[in-house]
Amino acid sequence: MPLGGCSGDFSALDPAGRSAASIASLWWAMLWGSFALFALVLGLFLAAVLIPRFGRGVSQKRWIILGGLVLPVPVLTGLTFYAFAHGEFLLRGAVSETDEVLEVRAVGRMWQWQFSYPSVPGSAVHTDLLHIPAGRTVEIIAESEDVIHSFWVPRLGGKIDAVPGHSNRLRIRADQPGRYGGICSEYCGTGHAGMHFEVQAHRQEDFREILTGGLHHD
Amino acid sequence: MTENQSIHHNPIALHKALDRIWGTKPGWGRLAAVNHNVIGVRFMLTALVFFAIGGVLAMLIRTQLASSQSVFMDAETYGQVFTMHGTIMMFLFAIPFFEGMAIYLLPKLLGTRDLAFPRLGAYGYWCYLFGGMILIGALLAGVAPNSGWFMYTPLSSSVYAPGINSDVWLLGITFVEISALSAAVEIIVTIMKIRAPGMSLDRMPIFAWYMLVVATMMLIGFPPLILGSILLEVERAFDLPFFDPTRGGDPLLWQHLFWLFGHPEVYIIFLPAAGAISTILPVLAGTPLAGYRMIVAAIVSMAFLSFGLWVHHMYTVGIPHVALSFFSAASALVAIPTAIQIFAWLATLAHGRARFSIPMLHIFGFFFVFVIGGLTGVMLAMVPFDWQAHDTHFVVAHLHYVLVGGFIFPMLAMAYYWVPHLTGKQPVQHLSHAAFWMIFIGFNLTFFFMHLTGLRGMPRRVFEYPPEFGWEVLNFVSSMGSFVMAMGFALIALDFILLFKFGRAFRRNPWKAGTLEWAMPTPPPPYNFASIPRIDCRADLLDPDVIGPHLAAGRGYLGIPRDDRMEVLGVNSVTGEPEQLVLLPRQTFLPFWTAVATGSFFLLMLFKFYWATPVALAAVIVCFCLWSRSDASSFDDDAVPIGHGETVPVHIRAESPPSYLAMVLTLVADTTLYISLLFGCLFLWISAPNWPPENLQNPNLWLLILAAATMSLGSIGSRISKKSAHMALVGNGLAFAGHLISTGLLISIAFYSLPSPSGHAATASLFVILCYVALHGVVGSIFAAHALLRALRDHDMSVRALDLKIGGLWHDYSAASGFAAVGFCLLLDSLVHGGGL
Repeated sequence: MPLGGCSGDFSALDPAGRSAASIASLWWAMLWGSFALFALVLGLFLAAVLIPRFGRGVSQKRWIILGGLVLPVPVLTGLTFYAFAHGEFLLRGAVSETDEVLEVRAVGRMWQWQFSYPSVPGSAVHTDLLHIPAGRTVEIIAESEDVIHSFWVPRLGGKIDAVPGHSNRLRIRADQPGRYGGICSEYCGTGHAGMHFEVQAHRQEDFREILTGGLHHD
Repeated sequence: MTENQSIHHNPIALHKALDRIWGTKPGWGRLAAVNHNVIGVRFMLTALVFFAIGGVLAMLIRTQLASSQSVFMDAETYGQVFTMHGTIMMFLFAIPFFEGMAIYLLPKLLGTRDLAFPRLGAYGYWCYLFGGMILIGALLAGVAPNSGWFMYTPLSSSVYAPGINSDVWLLGITFVEISALSAAVEIIVTIMKIRAPGMSLDRMPIFAWYMLVVATMMLIGFPPLILGSILLEVERAFDLPFFDPTRGGDPLLWQHLFWLFGHPEVYIIFLPAAGAISTILPVLAGTPLAGYRMIVAAIVSMAFLSFGLWVHHMYTVGIPHVALSFFSAASALVAIPTAIQIFAWLATLAHGRARFSIPMLHIFGFFFVFVIGGLTGVMLAMVPFDWQAHDTHFVVAHLHYVLVGGFIFPMLAMAYYWVPHLTGKQPVQHLSHAAFWMIFIGFNLTFFFMHLTGLRGMPRRVFEYPPEFGWEVLNFVSSMGSFVMAMGFALIALDFILLFKFGRAFRRNPWKAGTLEWAMPTPPPPYNFASIPRIDCRADLLDPDVIGPHLAAGRGYLGIPRDDRMEVLGVNSVTGEPEQLVLLPRQTFLPFWTAVATGSFFLLMLFKFYWATPVALAAVIVCFCLWSRSDASSFDDDAVPIGHGETVPVHIRAESPPSYLAMVLTLVADTTLYISLLFGCLFLWISAPNWPPENLQNPNLWLLILAAATMSLGSIGSRISKKSAHMALVGNGLAFAGHLISTGLLISIAFYSLPSPSGHAATASLFVILCYVALHGVVGSIFAAHALLRALRDHDMSVRALDLKIGGLWHDYSAASGFAAVGFCLLLDSLVHGGGL
């Protein structure tokens, strides 16, 4: 189906699933932390330049050790572990228990995506339209037939490159039924800008019917 | 004796005598220039022209993106424009600009007259200019590279980019990178060997430390890129499938090789700028730099770390999360050496009294912009966030904050600080403030909101977007900001033109700096110092007002021009005590012609006249052989007076002459390339699909072992030749024959014993490894032939053995590379047939 006007929003800051929400929460934490650090460094710079005798009571060595080691080491250590935990959470597909995961094959080619469902017998292949069940984690198996593409649905999770010769996996999840925009995010030639697709998340009970029933569900 | 003679020289007479020797000749003689003042300024001016071209391309990009579905450019044109914007700014502006700055400044800061290898600097410049012209020519002809500045394959492969576009990038950039590698060697050797007497390592001005680290990083960072470019070009031209997954290649190999260069590259660009700040900021604060030793430790550790985090450009290619987390931690860790430098600068400011000036304003711009770029860098180092932000405009915003903050603002500070040195004039400063604020506000307007554009889902490198995606207002703001910034840069250009025209003269040392570059007349004479100082404290705490007149009167070392020779002092690398008199080569057209010959090779490759390339290569070799001939000075005294009653030997008789160190460094770069090649092939075994190949036929192993053994005859021969004049003939004859036979064997194995290298990446790898070793055999035979001719002419080889020592290094390396090839073949064989180790 042609891309309708209603491709949904692409904002990673407006997550519609647990994966994307997890990354968004990491972002907000880092943003506020960064504001504080930026204000501190710039404040010190302006004070050192504009206020006579500011900071002279602290020895030069102390300045460097406090600012160059004492300040960044704990911040960076904490952040790295915090982010690692988020990453592991995302790898599991934002589910803690060993939930059943739906596999979807996403094959990129210049300049469209084809989605198929190896575990759903009788399901059709869809071009630039990905049907997923809401409230269930979906594992995208990204592959490419020509050059490198990248599968990305900003409101549902991160992105994964479709590299020719490789099968890469990414777990995404939509909490609610709805339509979400997807976009190719690795430059793949002159058609790159038009390589959008749409994700439709359906209620669990409708999902299988839609896959095996109508091809052009709208 | 020299003391007495120097009294006869008054400063004016001394200047005239030295100027006649060191000065560049007018007219066509300009093409023969080798002086670092001339070459440095040429590098910087050429880089500024490329900056202007890259800037115009940026304006085209912003014009295109200002509205959705703009019809200004089509997708193909846009592809060429953004690829060339990145390529020009990285390879033709940033790197050459700081190279030029280092070439111009280093000898002055180190208290000497020129760099160690003036001809190499000139050759590097011509390679840079000609390579850059190939790229700009392609842009004008509409066939510029169009796959993005990191040239990801398969998009850049012959299947998906059949035109000449990718070849322009691969060949043009490799040509330009000759200048980066030659600059790296030249900078390291100069810093290690050619300093003022008494300037021990820990007395060097901090800028020299920065450049030492940067040049070492270049020496190790550029070979992977050059290797990648060669492999991709070989795949495009001769169908050897290194990156083709259907035949055992892997597109990810390109990404690893590119980013193994590409990430250190970011620090290679940032560190010279940081070095400039570490030099300027203490002067403006009126106090010595805080934490000199801690800064040295920080930049050395930064250099190490920077080679361990290239994978953070590849978080989305499917590497396991645990492996990614190591690179994530290393990427976070690299923020610490940066923080140490930032706080050392803050400590300097706090303990000094900041003098308000235009350079200080740009340092403020640096702090503001670079800190934001660093913070977003830490965000992107976190794997989950990168999975969202990767390849979006967030990354575009981040990298511009880092590069403009970490390079452009420091460079502008530097320009306002050192342009008086270059021109002998001080700015009148009417436009400088307005220009700064326009750039600063315009920049932040352009790129601050771009973070948000990226987070709202806009990928990089799209030439249009539907209006309903909601990215239009943000893009429009960015475009407006960029035009304000462009006007700011135009104003800067005008400001400098006004300075050249109407600047006011000054006497000496306008900033009250403590570094040696101000202890000379401005603009500087080609020889920098009429005589060379002795340094007895850290070389950024000196008083140029006292030293300057003292040196101008010829009261330092080498204060008497002798026999039209260009003389500098070579020192012990650590202590800085003089140990040799280095005679530099005079002005010559050879670098120019060698670069022309090199360029003809690249053009023949580009236009696919492969049959003619051996002619060009032969021309390059002949040119380089001529270099050594003009070097053969008959002056080889063992004890030459250098002033202050001291004598040293001429460099060809010295223990560790500069050219020997240069050969060691060249082999370091060469080894890095070879190791990248070997590990690249092993990477294919691990990562690429369609492995192992169905019937990997190893080359005839015994023949290969025989080739490696004959190659080591070069090494043995060069050792024999040192025994006596008679044995020199035998030894070098053996070396020559060994190299020739070995090369013949290797070529016969590569072309006749191996199955077609285009069948599988494993065979292609073996083929390239054999060619690599064979190439070393060819060069080795030239070294051996040179030594043989010397022996036949019955030179006293024991006295002037420098070129033989250098040749010996090459012979040893070639032998080692031959045995490494044998080892690799065995390893590959056991991996493929044994199914593992």
